[in-house]
Amino acid sequence: MNREKVIFAFFIVLALTLNVGFVVGDVDNPAHHEVLELFFAIVVSLVCTVLKFGDRSHLGALMLATSLVADLQLIAAGAIWGYYAHIAAAGMTGDAMASVVSFAAGALVANIISVVLLVIETVLVRR
Amino acid sequence: MPLIVLICVYAVSTLGLVLIPGVDDQGQVWRMDFFHAFYFVSFMGSTIGFGEVPYPFTPGQRMWTLVCIYATVIAWLYAIGSSLAILQDKGFLRLMRSRRFTQKVKALKEPFYLVCGYGTTGREVVLGLERRGIRSVVIDIRQERIDSVELEEWALPAYSLCADASLPDNLDMAGLQKSNCLGVLALTDRDNVNLAISIASKLVMPKRLVISRSENQVTTANLASFGTDLVIDPFKKFADYLGLAVRHPHQHLVIDWLLNPDHRPLSSIYKHAKGRWVLCGYGRFGRALANAMKSDETEITIIEPDATRAGERADWVKGVGTEAVTLTAARVADAVGIIAGTPDDADNLSILMTARQLNPKLTTVVRQNQAANKLMFDNSNADYVMQPGHTVAIQILAHLRTPLLGLFFDHLRQMDEVWSHTLINRISDAVGDTRVDSRSFVVGDEQTPAIAAAIRAGQTVNLRVLMKKPNDRTKELECFALLHKREAEVQLTPGELLELQLGDELLFCGQYADLKSQLWTLENHQTLSYILTGQNDNPNPVLRWIRSFNA
Repeated sequence: MNREKVIFAFFIVLALTLNVGFVVGDVDNPAHHEVLELFFAIVVSLVCTVLKFGDRSHLGALMLATSLVADLQLIAAGAIWGYYAHIAAAGMTGDAMASVVSFAAGALVANIISVVLLVIETVLVRR
Repeated sequence: MPLIVLICVYAVSTLGLVLIPGVDDQGQVWRMDFFHAFYFVSFMGSTIGFGEVPYPFTPGQRMWTLVCIYATVIAWLYAIGSSLAILQDKGFLRLMRSRRFTQKVKALKEPFYLVCGYGTTGREVVLGLERRGIRSVVIDIRQERIDSVELEEWALPAYSLCADASLPDNLDMAGLQKSNCLGVLALTDRDNVNLAISIASKLVMPKRLVISRSENQVTTANLASFGTDLVIDPFKKFADYLGLAVRHPHQHLVIDWLLNPDHRPLSSIYKHAKGRWVLCGYGRFGRALANAMKSDETEITIIEPDATRAGERADWVKGVGTEAVTLTAARVADAVGIIAGTPDDADNLSILMTARQLNPKLTTVVRQNQAANKLMFDNSNADYVMQPGHTVAIQILAHLRTPLLGLFFDHLRQMDEVWSHTLINRISDAVGDTRVDSRSFVVGDEQTPAIAAAIRAGQTVNLRVLMKKPNDRTKELECFALLHKREAEVQLTPGELLELQLGDELLFCGQYADLKSQLWTLENHQTLSYILTGQNDNPNPVLRWIRSFNA
């Protein structure tokens, strides 16, 4: 067993699970979406990105790209949340929640691709 | 790793601030949200510190902040420290340099030469190419040499890389596969490296010019076997060159004039005194020299400290040659000349001075090893200062400029002294004291379009045509043909009536300006037609029609 691989896979899968956990629920209902979960999703996604640095293979480049997409989407979601919760006069409305969740859902797709690539790599290497 | 630590520290700090309850200005319990927590951690971590916002902290929050301050500062220091370490890492720097080098070479659009090895010879060749406006790409395994390339102030700075030239990858990085690479010069001091470079170049680009240095015969034969264009053994080449100066001074002068940009005056020719020579130093170079000078009337006495080297010679004296005792033992008093050929410059100069005291009439030849000692050698008053690196460099440069020159020298060596003497007088008449230049070309569409067209049209073009002034055909250019080659047939100093054919190769020598105006005849149809017929042939039908009225 390779400890490095375990940590790597752990973070990638965790990024996906956290992301799913946040997105699940009614798209415009703020009560269904936990801000703590979004925070963790962002942190884990950033860690994943750093872990993917330095792999120069084609698959590695693809994984890094998906991770960057997920970061971008999640940080955008976080920024929108911050804007509506603290800056906008209307506060956290259903519309605002919907746009936060839709951004996070986009990140979810990127995270799914990331996990699929991880599985493909594992199948290809078989070691 | 440092980035992950930084992310984790920030995440834990932010999370802590969110979880710890605080008190707002009305005394109510108030929990910080992520937005404010991240804002606080950001300015705290970067030690900006705006204070406790939005409300003053409770003791619990302050305790957590205390932990966070140290954690974030340490994480930052760690992250910055390790990224600085990466920037200063030798391997990383090398990677950056080779990347920049590769990009520069890739962007190179002009023709260039790939020079491997930047020693005395390499430097002179690069310098000579630079003067002719051709860029070089230099590879050398020693960093200090590469540094010296980068410090040169040239109009066309050479691109340089510190790398092992025997690895094909490095050659490829230096533009081996680029179509504008004119040739590869393997000039390192290791034979096997030169061999590897030549093989790689000939395999990848079979038609590309390759010139290689080689110090032993096995390598020389090996290099020649796969078609290396020019193989130069610096010791042998230089010994031949010097041996020629002693045995065939006129022939030597012809070669020297054609090779060397600043040639020696005719009066400097050796008075060939028959007799015994003393040769100090019998290493690789001394041995090659002794072989080259081997002729019936030249006896040689060797001075050499190493008995195992000199043991094969009958007449030798043990010692360096710097002391009078050794020189007297080598009977300097009744010798005609001395060659100070040790690999140490100080020793050579010392030998020279001591020997001259013992016998002022000696012809003195001294070997200069380091280019940096030029000043001393210039003032040494030796009859001849020999610089092996320099000799090899000018031969390479001459070959690059005029490929037929080597062939001419091969044939020249078979001619006798009288013939060479006549030739040197002829060259001297043509150029006087200005420098001799030479140019070779092939009669054909590429280099001589006007002549090729005239020959196709059935006109006879003989050699005399090429020696007329383009602006006045009654006058002659100060230049003449040294060699004419038609397929395998080679003729030295061909006659003026020789009729040119397509595919003929010619080598001309003369003044630089005259060779330049000769280009008019070679390339311009109107000039050629004027020289052939004496009339300006005008291709414009209207002008021709007007002229028909005048006639």
